[in-house]
Amino acid sequence: MHAVPSQNDPVEPDEEKGRRAGADLAVLSLSKAFGGVHAVEDLTFHIRAGAIHAVIGPNGAGKTTLFNLITGLYQPDRGEVLLDGQPIQGMAPERLARRGMSRTFQNLQVCMNMSAVENVMLGRHLHLKRNFLAALLRWPSLRRSEQACREKARELLRFVGCEAYLEAEASAMPYGALKRLEIARALATEPGILLLDEPAAGLNSAETAALERLVVRIADQGVTVVLVEHDMKLVMAISHQVLVLDYGRKLAEGTPEEVRHNPDVIAAYLGG
Amino acid sequence: MRLSVPSKIPGLPVLAIVLLLVPIVLNDEFYLDIATQVALIAATVVGLNLLVGYAGQVSLGHAAFFALGAYGSAILTGTYGWTPVPALLCAALLVATLAWLVGRPILRLKGHYLSMATLGLGIIIAIIINNEGWLTGGPDGIPVAPFSVMGFELSIFDEYQVLGMTVSGALAWYALAGVLLLLAVWIAQNLIDSPIGRALRAVRGSEVAARVVGVDTSHYKLLIFVISAVYASLMGSFFAHYTGFITPQLATFEHSIELITIVVLGGMGSTYGVIIGAVLLLLLPQLLTDFHEYEMMMFGLILMLTMIFMPRGLLPTLSGLLQRSWPRRVRSSGQED
Repeated sequence: MHAVPSQNDPVEPDEEKGRRAGADLAVLSLSKAFGGVHAVEDLTFHIRAGAIHAVIGPNGAGKTTLFNLITGLYQPDRGEVLLDGQPIQGMAPERLARRGMSRTFQNLQVCMNMSAVENVMLGRHLHLKRNFLAALLRWPSLRRSEQACREKARELLRFVGCEAYLEAEASAMPYGALKRLEIARALATEPGILLLDEPAAGLNSAETAALERLVVRIADQGVTVVLVEHDMKLVMAISHQVLVLDYGRKLAEGTPEEVRHNPDVIAAYLGG
Repeated sequence: MRLSVPSKIPGLPVLAIVLLLVPIVLNDEFYLDIATQVALIAATVVGLNLLVGYAGQVSLGHAAFFALGAYGSAILTGTYGWTPVPALLCAALLVATLAWLVGRPILRLKGHYLSMATLGLGIIIAIIINNEGWLTGGPDGIPVAPFSVMGFELSIFDEYQVLGMTVSGALAWYALAGVLLLLAVWIAQNLIDSPIGRALRAVRGSEVAARVVGVDTSHYKLLIFVISAVYASLMGSFFAHYTGFITPQLATFEHSIELITIVVLGGMGSTYGVIIGAVLLLLLPQLLTDFHEYEMMMFGLILMLTMIFMPRGLLPTLSGLLQRSWPRRVRSSGQED
């Protein structure tokens, strides 16, 4: 599948158009318990390449645990995770990044000791020459590649709507902008699959609307997007598929329309 | 205009000018001797600061790496008749290997296990230097040949003709130490400004963020630990050639604590801060010669007071204060929110 350039988008970075096609993800009988609590239990689902896939569920349903299992921050007790058909369960996050997986965090993970641009430049890590001697002696080739990297990072900041913070220190940025900064950093890795953990949490309605457009544009470029989200309006508006978790198990799965009318889902959300 | 991080390019010329002014203002063998030692130790802590200030790891055995460099040079030039340059490179390679072997398993773990491991390593090395008298001269110490490059010998007891001027050996050594310090700073700043440095700063900012974008954090911690050990080893070698005589005193735990105190006092993560820290802390015993026995207590007190009243260290705290006194100018350089 080839990347589709988004329409009417003047700030779209040119190189983005040539990015790799989205990755597909399969989760097979995945389980993880903390003490006696089954955070994720025998969970199986499939995420189609290039789709926007939402994971929803009441608080404590195991959504973030699922993300941490997929992205290598937790080790699963049982089960398999396949990225483009290759088993990746238990693989360290830095190795998964090489395979095109990237993510953002529910509680921000931004380097507050660096500027906004540097945070995004960090995301380019795997795409840069990291020659040790060149770094020690400040070779011209390294300076040029750093300059290009900085430009790229600025483009990405504009792309996610952080154009006001091109010169800002991360510690001086408001919450909503930091959320978008995390997305820019994740995009800088040129991911095939991007996992967004509650990207709209704490955003006002205007920011949420901007986020909605941003996620659609990211998916338009061929990146598979998985998001955990509580904002049902956002989820129903942009998702191709919705997975509903409750107590670590799959409660329902399907298109937003199917899920909305599923009696189990209605019971879980309303009946408590 | 970012005062919190003294900008990297102008910092180096300023340091060079200060280094040039020292012998003009204090042209005296005694002061030059102190200045030379301060410069060599400052270069050592610039390396240690890469580890502490950027990788967030603490080494309590850096004096041992310094001593290994010193003894490596002393033994290879003295006992085995090597010339100084290959000797100090060989000692540095040995120290790098040792640091790599110790750091590799330890830095895979989360937490401050490196401090424990380096503490143990430092003590072992100190004991070996003390006990293996046939090689190291034991507690009595060992003499070291003067430094020389391609037959040109640099000794504090000689005089040299440079461009028709007579330059004392002390001044020549001071010049060498100054150049070494400038080189140490230049390389450290290059590293910090590179993708490697960014990855290291990210380890301190958010290790998990660094990992999910593909930074192999344990690899970079190990790399910077080895680099900082090599800094110590090289400066130890020069120190040995300079003083002409070394004792196991160099490898003591107290000396390691002194190096860490300098970094904390000057400002973790601030290259120029730790140089100021080195100047202050090494001048202190000169000013308080009567209190020599209380030196360790003094270091402890400085460490405690710094941690309580200015945890970021001297230079970052001072530049922070400056920033607050010009809030308008600084804010206008940022974005309008």
